[in-house]
Amino acid sequence: MERKPEVTAVTTEVVMPKEETYLSMVWRRFKRHKLAVVSLVILVLLYLMAIFAPYLAPYHYSEMQLDKALQPPSAEHLFGTDRIGSDILSRIIWGSRISLSVGFVAAGIALTLGTIIGSISGYFAGTVIDDILMRFTETVAAFPVMFLLLTVIAILPRSTLNIMVVIGATSWPNLARMVRGQFLSLRELDYVEAAKALGATDMRIVFVHILLNSMAPIIVSATLRIGGAILAESGLAFLGLGVVSPPSWGTIINAGRPLLRQAPWIMGFPGLFIFVTVLAFNYVGDGLRDALDPRATR
Amino acid sequence: MSGYIIRRFLQMLILLVGISILSFSIMHLAPGNPVDLMTDRTATPEDKARIAALYGFDQPIYVQYWRWVSQVVQGNFGRSFQTGQPVLTMILERLPATLLLNFVAMLMVYLLSIPIGIISAVKQYSWFDHVVTFFAFLGQAMPSFWFALLLIYFVGLRNPFIQISGMSTYGVSLSTASLWVVFRDRIRYMILPLAVLGFGSLASVTRYMRASMLEVVNQDYIRTARAKGLAERKVVLKHAFRNALLPIVTLIGFELPILFSGSVVIETIFSWPGIGLLAWRAVLQRDYQVVMAFNLLGATMMVIGVFIADMLYLVVDPRIKYD
Repeated sequence: MERKPEVTAVTTEVVMPKEETYLSMVWRRFKRHKLAVVSLVILVLLYLMAIFAPYLAPYHYSEMQLDKALQPPSAEHLFGTDRIGSDILSRIIWGSRISLSVGFVAAGIALTLGTIIGSISGYFAGTVIDDILMRFTETVAAFPVMFLLLTVIAILPRSTLNIMVVIGATSWPNLARMVRGQFLSLRELDYVEAAKALGATDMRIVFVHILLNSMAPIIVSATLRIGGAILAESGLAFLGLGVVSPPSWGTIINAGRPLLRQAPWIMGFPGLFIFVTVLAFNYVGDGLRDALDPRATR
Repeated sequence: MSGYIIRRFLQMLILLVGISILSFSIMHLAPGNPVDLMTDRTATPEDKARIAALYGFDQPIYVQYWRWVSQVVQGNFGRSFQTGQPVLTMILERLPATLLLNFVAMLMVYLLSIPIGIISAVKQYSWFDHVVTFFAFLGQAMPSFWFALLLIYFVGLRNPFIQISGMSTYGVSLSTASLWVVFRDRIRYMILPLAVLGFGSLASVTRYMRASMLEVVNQDYIRTARAKGLAERKVVLKHAFRNALLPIVTLIGFELPILFSGSVVIETIFSWPGIGLLAWRAVLQRDYQVVMAFNLLGATMMVIGVFIADMLYLVVDPRIKYD
């Protein structure tokens, strides 16, 4: 007779698991995507490298050592040296500041523009405002992106900020369409109806009930956009329209292009960094897609 | 349905107007007066005024826009500030090279990626699928110019058969050599640009085809086909494949702008004498008329391509009924 209550007590404890927060659920699911986790670690390391560039770089990015020009990779210069004897590894470490921040800021600009335009359009779906905004979005989307970038960058004064703004300002249309699509499908749902019936204001419905519930796809495409923006910047820089001091990764490759035959390491290593960074962002985006979608079962 | 077609057509016209305004305004954001670019320091203010009047730069902006648009509609894109040639002639001269390269690349990409995408989807999560997905990820993250340089270094510089610059050997043409010799010569120049162009789009088209096939394979009518005892081969090729191909059809519309505008990066690296290279030089020289024409044509092709894609969809998918 004495033992019985004890057993019940134990069972109740087992039956009631700790409540899992949304974030820890996301993290648990994200961890299952091994490549995404590895990618996340790589990205964190890369950003740390950018932050601590002055302490990590063995040389200054434009240090001239003419007697050491065009040296292949060695213990002294891990990734070799360029035409004027600058250390490629140091140039890459300093360059990560440009390449990585361009990706972030450009994606941030695209995200802001896309969300604002997509939300307004989605909220006023079916009205003239929606029509005007969507035609505008389609107009911008119609231009060949790379060439539009070239045109605008070539006519503007060249600066990191301009490059960020132009890449961001040309890559928002897909985000705007996606956000608008989210509005169209979410606003039909019962819980939005219910919120309206309870007297929620328009602002509250837009920000709390619709935008907050669209965060998952927005975050995923923003992550993928960072990789896209880094690729776009490196393409521009490769064509000679990049930031020169400190050099972005694309700029280093551009400088190595005429020396391809004698000094392939000048273009090889920075390209590898671009490649790995973009790949990592794509994998993290992929992992987030799986982790953030509560309906996905994989 | 005709209502839908008319509405889409009108939308396309509106877009074209928007595109023309945007292309025109981008070039007019440019600091620096085009007159200064065309004249040197010895030009007197009177000379400059005469040139400005000649090209219409002294007119208000909307007059300039209207003049430009009404000429463009008639196929007159003006003359290059640099060479004095009509812009349209310059573009048409370069068009065949770009068309050739991009058409062959497109053919290659679709011939490869459709079967790869299908096998990948039918055998989802098999080793083949994993390898394909992995390479698709690589292809989408690889900077194309870097891939091109790697190919030049590891293949182009080591293999005497492969050429890394230009499009044909001087003097080798159909009037001087046999078809086989000319064909062989063009292949030497085309291999590397094709590989770079192909690898990038192979990745995305394969992923697209795989996703489309996966969606179809899980439909009820496929289960029905299997349930009634059809051979797997027949289920995949006849029932699933034909339906999975529908979204691919729309991609063909998006290929149109790529076919005609080419790739600035790839044409620059391989000195392929196409439109991309012309456009790139025009940007560097601030040759406004050429740049405007190129932006305008590229965007117009895109809009027409999307329109064609929508119409194709209407034809191939009888399930879609628009009012």
